[in-house]
Amino acid sequence: MGRLVLHRLGGLLTTLMLSSVVIFGSLYLAPGSPEDVLFGSRQPTAAARAAVAHRLHLDQPLPVRYWDWLVGVLHGDLGTSMVTGQSVADRVGGHLGTSLLLVTLSMVIVIVIGTGLGAVSAMRPGAVDATANAVTSVSVTVPSFVAASLLISVFAVHLGWFPESGVGSGLGGELHGLFLPAVAMAIMNCGFLARISRNALREELQKEHVQTALVRGLPRWAVLRDHVFRNALPPIITAVALLTSGTFASTLIVETAFAVPGIGQLTISSVGQKDFPVVQAVSLLLVAAFVICNAASDLIQALIDPRLRTTRRTA
Amino acid sequence: MKPLQLLRRARAALGPSGTCAAVFMIVVLVAAVAAPLLAPYNPNAEALLDSFAPPSASHLLGADGIGRDILSRLMFGARTSLLGPALVVSIALLVGIPMALAACWYGGFVDSVIARVFDIVYAMPGLLLAVLAVSLFGPGLVPAVAALSIAYIPFLARIVLAAARQQRVSPYVDALSVQGFGAVRITVRHILRNIAPVVLGQAAIAFGYALLDLAALSYLGLAVQAPTADWGVMVSDETALQQGYWLPILAPGVLIVLCVLSLTVIGARISGERPQPYLLRRARKSAVAAPALTGAAS
Repeated sequence: MGRLVLHRLGGLLTTLMLSSVVIFGSLYLAPGSPEDVLFGSRQPTAAARAAVAHRLHLDQPLPVRYWDWLVGVLHGDLGTSMVTGQSVADRVGGHLGTSLLLVTLSMVIVIVIGTGLGAVSAMRPGAVDATANAVTSVSVTVPSFVAASLLISVFAVHLGWFPESGVGSGLGGELHGLFLPAVAMAIMNCGFLARISRNALREELQKEHVQTALVRGLPRWAVLRDHVFRNALPPIITAVALLTSGTFASTLIVETAFAVPGIGQLTISSVGQKDFPVVQAVSLLLVAAFVICNAASDLIQALIDPRLRTTRRTA
Repeated sequence: MKPLQLLRRARAALGPSGTCAAVFMIVVLVAAVAAPLLAPYNPNAEALLDSFAPPSASHLLGADGIGRDILSRLMFGARTSLLGPALVVSIALLVGIPMALAACWYGGFVDSVIARVFDIVYAMPGLLLAVLAVSLFGPGLVPAVAALSIAYIPFLARIVLAAARQQRVSPYVDALSVQGFGAVRITVRHILRNIAPVVLGQAAIAFGYALLDLAALSYLGLAVQAPTADWGVMVSDETALQQGYWLPILAPGVLIVLCVLSLTVIGARISGERPQPYLLRRARKSAVAAPALTGAAS
């Protein structure tokens, strides 16, 4: 188990390192010199331009610049916002909590409804299964921005149950404001998870050992819990991890639609204002979220299934 | 083969749901190509007297806040909305197929380098890459399409690679190899031909998801820009939303959903699989990638 954790951490760090190279290097792909990109449409004075060039160490070779940037990032220095002059870490940090709450809320909805629907359709073949299949086939194609617009139209504008944009204060107010955005992201993911858990459960239900256990007279719920559900968990966990990292990316859309003050909205408004350091920082965060979700899913699976506690790659 | 026979075969291969989906996609395509001939109005013609006109004989789907005909905008919007994903999938296939075939044929070092490259690209969601690209090059369809193409390479290439690996071990490949045919000829003329249905089917599904991603980017104002008719842009109509008019938003939204649904159904039929979520194929674990449902309806 310890070796597995180390192995996973190694893979995590490699992917993070390589993608940090890409995110750092992307600044130099843009037309014009890096300081032009950083200043965006603003007209800097010669002194400001020189200051930025010096701060970016543009007189030094690329690997040195990358190393300095990386050391800064590891010390929590993500650069300075080009619009407000605040440190990027402060700006992003202030918005991170709301986004984390939103992603958590959305994933709780997805896990409860998705696995629930998957379990029901696995247990009840026939009409129930067919209906659930039809519902999930459509729901996996409903993009979050369409769902967001329709939810705002129905529940915020017509019925007035939820705020149209923004979130309230306090945990209660925040949850109230985040509910619609969470649902907008959950619709697609619920469908995915329901289909994956249905297939996984159905496959396990057909195994002979399940029949044997039932014939031996074990209680039905015990068989379902210990023999069926536990064995069906690995693909479900993998899917939850993938969906979670996807949900982090969807916050870009949904937070903008609902004007939720999270990192997604911060990113999109920063793109509009050509505030590249903020975009860079959020990109790093999102990649980190993806990598962490994947590593977490591997570790949780190893906890559940002792057979997976080897360092061998399953790919 | 006679055209009628071809149609009948296509219908048999697609099945009832696939045929409906294919007919729908053909209708959308025709509407997009022939939009200047078919559309009743200029998509950008404003008529303030018709502001939020309800559906009627003159405006079949009503009009939006500044009186532009929604049906005409949907037809013209289909052009940008379908052209973008078509470019994304074509570029991703053009780059991804050679990489996958090389990894399959040479194995070893080439294989692990390419797998590592895919891993990194895979860790960055398409949306994020597009946002990065737009923040560097400015908003527009070109940077968004370029970034999404890169993001879609690993998805498609992994499918090609998995299918090609299965072919690689079959005797006919060895036979051709012994006869002295080169790597390019065997992989392109024989292996690629044999896996073409899977690749085409998956490309159709990827087309649907690229359509979603591009529409989302246009919705955010990062890809297609506002006055241009585009489905994503149409969904982002703030004034209609605030004033409680749902049709200007619902119509493009439903159209996006129907297109993606049709493409998923068609793709699943062509690649000869039971329809299953696209996400399953993104997963790395073999446990997820091969759900092997034997006798599902028992």
